[in-house]
Amino acid sequence: MFKKFTKEDISSQTSIKSSAQRAIRASLLKQCPLLSQPSEEPDTPLLEYIWPKKENITLVKCRDHLSIYALHGEPLWFQHFDGPLFPTLRLVHKYPNLLPHVGIDRGAIKFLLSGASMMCPGLTSPGGFLPLAESLIPEGTVVAIMAEGKEHAAGVGIMKLDSEEVKKVNKGVAVESVTYLGDDLWGMKTI
Amino acid sequence: MDAPSTSSVLPLDILYCQVCTFPPEYCEFGSSVSKCKTWLEGAHPELYDKYWSEDALAKKIGTLSLEKEKKLEQEGKKKEAKAEAKASAAAKKLKESQVIIKRIERSKRKYVTSVFGLEAFHIDLKKAAKQLAQSLARGASVTLNPQGLEEIVIQGDVGDEVEEMLAKGVGVLKGVPEDNVVQVEEKK
Repeated sequence: MFKKFTKEDISSQTSIKSSAQRAIRASLLKQCPLLSQPSEEPDTPLLEYIWPKKENITLVKCRDHLSIYALHGEPLWFQHFDGPLFPTLRLVHKYPNLLPHVGIDRGAIKFLLSGASMMCPGLTSPGGFLPLAESLIPEGTVVAIMAEGKEHAAGVGIMKLDSEEVKKVNKGVAVESVTYLGDDLWGMKTI
Repeated sequence: MDAPSTSSVLPLDILYCQVCTFPPEYCEFGSSVSKCKTWLEGAHPELYDKYWSEDALAKKIGTLSLEKEKKLEQEGKKKEAKAEAKASAAAKKLKESQVIIKRIERSKRKYVTSVFGLEAFHIDLKKAAKQLAQSLARGASVTLNPQGLEEIVIQGDVGDEVEEMLAKGVGVLKGVPEDNVVQVEEKK
């Protein structure tokens, strides 16, 4: 999504109505249960720690119906059409448990970092990692893509199959990568 | 994901490589591995040991075969060489690119000055035009020239003033070496 993305692709930057912000907060909480947990400061859930209640978030509209939500110029979440909200990779690095994890083997890292989707074998091979059947990741979930031998996430993606199906089929695309280390969103520290 | 616990969630403090902006463990996949390595060795020797010592190198091969690992390494080197070539080509281009200040005769004794080529030095033309207009107290605007490229057109004959401002690096007009500025004249 961010393979080719420059400042020229940004069409407008506006602060959003508080009612719309409330809706975004609600959907974020629904999507990431971690956000309702307490944070560093007592009595503030994590979401309010990342994004304080009083602060206005900016909606940055870009080409192809892509919208980025930024706080003080720093991108935090982004969204395509009305799809799920993806956290940016820097946010995932700070709060690794924001998203469920899948792991890829070492051979796949280089493909991920050039923007390819992750294929099933990369996840099912000995170097890869998929959660056990009881903590199934359904199709369409936003996941953090971890890599073999690394502690931080290398990308954020969306499941194209559920995690059990990945094991069964073992062929084709398993996770579509949305943002990854070194893409243009990563390069853009502030908007 | 783990079952929700009641403990508080603390943000991790993440160190990013100053050279390639990746977390240092991913430097090997970047395009400036050797530079990253020297930076890490100087700035965070303990991390350097963690990622680049013999042990670590042997361990990280993990499940990959040795052959594949070698290939990966070679590709890394190739990528680095490519990035370096690209950077040097860009530097060369920057060295060669010129800012042309042109005095154009509009009618007898009336002139406009056009400034062309500022964008090669990463100067925002709109901002530059505004600044020029303000400091020279004249009209200045960004226009398309007949070739379809953007240039700044200033009312009046102000070539010398503009050159001086470029040399001093006033406001946004920064980063243009003096040798790269030329003044020319165009007559009707």
